[in-house]
Amino acid sequence: MRWLFVLLLWSAPALADDDGVFGSPFRFTETSGASIYTHVCAGCHMPDGRGAVGAAAYPSLADDARLAAVGYPIGVVLRGQRAMPPFGRTLSDSQVADVVDYIRTHFGNNYAPPPTETEIRTAR
Amino acid sequence: MTETPTRRDLLNQIGAIAGGSAVYLAMTSMGFAAESDYAGPVKLEGDPKGASVLILGAGVAGMAAALELRKAGYKVQVLDYNSRAGGRTWTIRGGDTYTELGGETQHCRFAEGLYINPGPWRIPYHHKGMLDYCKRLGVALEPFIQVNHNAYLHSKNAYDGKPQRYREVQADYHGTVAELLAKAVNADKLDDAVSKDDRERLLLSLRSFGALGVDGRYRTGEYASSRRGYAKPPGGGLSAEPESSVISSSSDVLKSGLWRALAVALDYDYQTTLFQPVGGMDMIARAFAREVGDLIRLNSKVTAIRQDETGVTASWCHTVTGEMGQSRADYCLCTIPLSILSQIEMNVGPKLADAIGAVPYAPGMKIGLQFKRRFWEQDEAIYGGISYTDLPISTIGYPATDYFKDGPGVLLGAYPFGPYAYEFTAMTPAERIAKAVEFGAVIHPQYRSEFEHGVAVGWHRVPWSMGCYGQWSSEARAKHYRNLCAMDGRILLAGEHASYIPAWQEGALLSSLDAIGRLHQRVMAR
Repeated sequence: MRWLFVLLLWSAPALADDDGVFGSPFRFTETSGASIYTHVCAGCHMPDGRGAVGAAAYPSLADDARLAAVGYPIGVVLRGQRAMPPFGRTLSDSQVADVVDYIRTHFGNNYAPPPTETEIRTAR
Repeated sequence: MTETPTRRDLLNQIGAIAGGSAVYLAMTSMGFAAESDYAGPVKLEGDPKGASVLILGAGVAGMAAALELRKAGYKVQVLDYNSRAGGRTWTIRGGDTYTELGGETQHCRFAEGLYINPGPWRIPYHHKGMLDYCKRLGVALEPFIQVNHNAYLHSKNAYDGKPQRYREVQADYHGTVAELLAKAVNADKLDDAVSKDDRERLLLSLRSFGALGVDGRYRTGEYASSRRGYAKPPGGGLSAEPESSVISSSSDVLKSGLWRALAVALDYDYQTTLFQPVGGMDMIARAFAREVGDLIRLNSKVTAIRQDETGVTASWCHTVTGEMGQSRADYCLCTIPLSILSQIEMNVGPKLADAIGAVPYAPGMKIGLQFKRRFWEQDEAIYGGISYTDLPISTIGYPATDYFKDGPGVLLGAYPFGPYAYEFTAMTPAERIAKAVEFGAVIHPQYRSEFEHGVAVGWHRVPWSMGCYGQWSSEARAKHYRNLCAMDGRILLAGEHASYIPAWQEGALLSSLDAIGRLHQRVMAR
């Protein structure tokens, strides 16, 4: 069943606009870290990366020392954590690498080097 | 099941390819098809001798528990973060304002009597608990139209992007499948699988299923038109003679992918009859609040839940005045969504704590759009029901009430799950609405001249739910579900997340009735 589904999934045509948004109902088609952040992550972490507070909170990513160790954001993006949904099945290795690099180099963060696709694949 | 694709998409795919029994197996393994086990009004017999219960959350789960526990003699108090009772049982009307996370406030300007249900909007006939409470609380119900054969199925990659009527797609798909199968039978390809007697029965059944001729062919003509509709429908008098509509080729039918949407109506959750409360889903919340509103303290953000040997204390902060306080009772029934509860300090054992942290919340997004007139009825004879599209809006839902009314109407202009829901949610409300109008105009060009205004709810930006519903994976369910539902000291949980009917009110209700039954047993055994 799973394989059948995967076949269908791959045959789904991507008709995304220039920024890659709205390309597929099954996976994200944004092609840069900035675009993935803007069109996916910002829904909760907000365009300025500072999160939001309601009955509970979406954590701020600004000046976030926890992003220093690259394995932490990679794991959270792939597998989720509490309210944070997992994105391992909707983002490719390169997309995860791109968006993790984006948050580690924006919002007052400045961590290098960018993660490699191999690191993402290994972390899956 | 993982978070993507949406379960509806997956079920559609499985259903279309593997058949209904495969869907049923897939559904049961995902925990969706379990029959509601509601067995009539809950009976909490015996004197609880003044025992008290603190209920956190005034949605369906919390208010049903409040109603039943008070009736059974408990001292009950309820806390809710929101400024109204009901939780996700919610309706937005003209005059309402809604502020989402991030601070954007929408002022709904719908005309009198028009509304959108951003959360649940339909109640299947087998959600016996919800229907019984509606009856007991005097909530008037009317049919919710799930399948409308005159609504559209649309793919940007099929039929040059032109929407097809549901009845056309269904007739052509059935005709195609039946004809191909009949060919296989006639070419003796199924001799191993079908006995000689059954072979004739099968051919007969295929003719009736697919509107095939005696030769086993599905072709343009009277029979096919009696299913898919006519180029010129039959009439009276001199101009009465009907003209047949032209069927699609089997290749076009299969290539279109539109058959995916046909499987939705096969799903147990969406089989007729479905209902909706007259006037909006929050009529249910209002009816409950009439019964137990005096027990509810609104605008109370729970900041900590502590249990000790004699009771449970919830600390709260008033969301408007900033006043801090505590509420205490012998026991606590907590219906707060796990997206929020997982961040509240709480002294429970590791099994429950792990379970609370194991369920991410699905995305979901709904947009209500007001138009100057009900053009879908006036121009296209669509009375209620749903059009499905592979555009990011996914769904157009037509109001199943107030048919033929003059003046403006509101329809559900978008209802995606999965990646599209995330992408919509990340936009501002105004951007979401503009996109929904742009996409919807592909199916209904009238959007361009008739659109007035709208309201958009992305569930991950709802401050008091922070997500649409608990999205259990089968692994997480196997590992954590029973721990989530088990009583931990003096605390137990309820809500759609503590059910096998996730995202539905029935799940919230049944989990609550199950929880208070167990709580009552415990109290009676003291």
